Amino acid sequence: MVALALTAADAGCPSGLAPPAEREQRADPGAFVRRDAQGRDVLELLIQGAKCAGCIRKIEGGLLAMSGVDAARLNLSTGRLAVAWAPGALKPRDIVDALTRMGYGATAFDPEAAKQQVDEEGRRLLRYLAVSGFAAMNIMMFSVPIWSGHEEMGEGTRTLLHWVSALIAIPAALYAAQPFFGSAWVALRARRANMDVPISLAVFLTLGISVSETIQQGEHAYFDGIVMLLFFLLIGRYLDHRLRERARTAARDLLAMQAVTASRIERDGSITSIASRDIAVGDRLLLAAGDRAPVDGLIEDGISELDCSMLTGETAPQPARPGGAIHAGSVNLTQRLIVRVGARVQESAIAELARLIEIGEQGRAKFVRLADKAAALYVPVVHSLAALTFLGWLFGPTLLRMFGLEAADVGVRQSILNAVAVLIITCPCALGLAVPAVQVVATGRLFKRGVLVKSGNALERLAQVDVAVFDKTGTLTLGKPKLTVQVDSETLQAAASLARISRHPLSRALVEAAGPGTPVKDGREVPGEGIEACVDGVTWRLGRRTFAAPLMADISDGSAELWFARGDAQPTRFAFVDALRADAAQTIAALARRGIAVELISGDRPAAVELAARAAGIAHWRGGISPSEKSRRLDELKAQGKRPLMVGDGLNDTAALAAAHASASPGTALEASQAASDIVIQGAGLMPLVEAIDVARAAKKRAIENLRFSALYNLIAAPTAAAGLLTPLIAALAMSASSLIVTLNALRLQLEGRP
Amino acid sequence: MDIMIFLIPAAVLMGATGLAAFLWSLRSGQYEDMDGAAHRILIDDED
Repeated sequence: MVALALTAADAGCPSGLAPPAEREQRADPGAFVRRDAQGRDVLELLIQGAKCAGCIRKIEGGLLAMSGVDAARLNLSTGRLAVAWAPGALKPRDIVDALTRMGYGATAFDPEAAKQQVDEEGRRLLRYLAVSGFAAMNIMMFSVPIWSGHEEMGEGTRTLLHWVSALIAIPAALYAAQPFFGSAWVALRARRANMDVPISLAVFLTLGISVSETIQQGEHAYFDGIVMLLFFLLIGRYLDHRLRERARTAARDLLAMQAVTASRIERDGSITSIASRDIAVGDRLLLAAGDRAPVDGLIEDGISELDCSMLTGETAPQPARPGGAIHAGSVNLTQRLIVRVGARVQESAIAELARLIEIGEQGRAKFVRLADKAAALYVPVVHSLAALTFLGWLFGPTLLRMFGLEAADVGVRQSILNAVAVLIITCPCALGLAVPAVQVVATGRLFKRGVLVKSGNALERLAQVDVAVFDKTGTLTLGKPKLTVQVDSETLQAAASLARISRHPLSRALVEAAGPGTPVKDGREVPGEGIEACVDGVTWRLGRRTFAAPLMADISDGSAELWFARGDAQPTRFAFVDALRADAAQTIAALARRGIAVELISGDRPAAVELAARAAGIAHWRGGISPSEKSRRLDELKAQGKRPLMVGDGLNDTAALAAAHASASPGTALEASQAASDIVIQGAGLMPLVEAIDVARAAKKRAIENLRFSALYNLIAAPTAAAGLLTPLIAALAMSASSLIVTLNALRLQLEGRP
Repeated sequence: MDIMIFLIPAAVLMGATGLAAFLWSLRSGQYEDMDGAAHRILIDDED
């Protein structure tokens, strides 16, 4: 293996398909190492930015070249990397550092989460699919001679071929139809009927009638049809499962990137890194500047400031002092804090919030999926039709004779055969594929654009949205302050040299505006006040007005500010705003063009909300709104018959996200918000939201087309079967053709440049 | 039609072989990383 000399230019994907990652890694991977069966230490990491063969080679080669590393395997589809090494040979931190040097983002994966990775359900469905597929092909090999040679073939040969078909079809069908039997049984016990009830019934009846026909050396047996039917239905089932599984995995990966470890202070004063779920009540945690509090607790020691914008929407930092409370989700800004844990992670989410989410989700459970609506219509119609066919053929001739017409009895056997033919031909192949095929194509397309759709159901609800309610902080805005005033570059550089020693968001914004430079020597941070340094005998101060420039008049307009003073010289004021996302105004305009009204509601100060609303072009805005008022606003909209889309990212939005008809959150949102959302938008922009709505609407159109086609197909096929004109050949052709047509129609969604 | 005595088992056997091969590939994890498999073919083995 060639040694990989890494320079800055080599960082990241060699094909340039993804930019090198710059994400800083805070969580200590040590908490996530587990021991495998061969006694090696194994760490699973989520890799960002790996896209091509060069990446595989660079990552695996680079790690294997490290001494002690035993195995490294990257899964390009899931972005997951497993590294194994001899215990003690190296520190897990080294692996993450090596990957960071190569230019890839690496996040340790919780082994608990990794254990759930194996998609058992998907594998089982694939097995059913394989068995039905191979069985269908094999049976078809015997069916084609029967169809093509039905004039010349002797009765004995035909019956022999039927028996061979039966031997394959019966076990294969009973095995592969298990998902349908299970679901139908559950539905029947709950005294409901779903699509799987007619499917299960058709499987049993068709197998039964075909065996009886074979015994009586009859001409028609439907062994091929029933197995092929199961094959097509399982394709739909598998696609549906893939869709949900992919969304679930991606959602879990997003959350893993927020993977939290905590630093626990042991009795002897040493510090250990633990996974956040292992935090116990009463533990003392060390919260460094920049860390997010994983749990609720009380501050024992340290003076700092907290960013609570995820909790309240309020952008101005809150002071933190010993004895004060700290809530999960708030970020420690300036100085390290020691926190006494008051609640475990699971209990840290505010109970009120959890209750509101639950109420919201109950409301959403009333939503009826398109396919279920179709099934509710379909099941009674088809079953009545089959029953009528049976009765018609059985008693029809007698009735006709009563009116003096010529009619010969066809007997019970032929009547049943015709009724079963109705059940087979109308079996919802196309109907079962109609909606999942479209949704798989639609979500696949959105997935490539960084939009994660949690379920097909979410896509349907998104298509109906007519009002969009936005949160401000972190959703419409970046949730990061940005310098707004023009300052000469010498002053800016001087101020930035002080700001570089602080992690306060305003300091960081200042540093970002100033560009690269060196930090000041001998600077010290005064918690809650600012930074002070002595440069060439002159005291420089950067911070609050009262700290840096106490003689200046208060000219604050409510936006965040920093004052900078050098000795007795005239102080400089830096003003900051929480900048809008670059495409916020564009997104709002695009939504308006699509007939979607936009509102802005935020927990932040009304002045700040008004500023953001003006800049984004939103006419309806409200500030200072509490979380429960937010969800009440959504209930109000729903009561007016509207279908609101909520877009938000903080804990204060969670209840509203759950209450809305459909909801979206950016990838930077908190775990709870992402969990409550239907779609998650990765990346810096909001425009993908508009595309998601477009695709959802186009998908709905295709799904309805497919359902209409299935209805048309059944309108033609069912009377044909009822009239007794159906043969196994026609059934096989009709079923595969209809399935193919709905799939191709779904694929149109992929081909269209813009729906 | 005596030939059918051979042809039918041969046909069933071929189908069963195909199915077994598929199930084996499924179990040995060949569908776990479809994108990776497509790209790994491009990597030269130098050692």
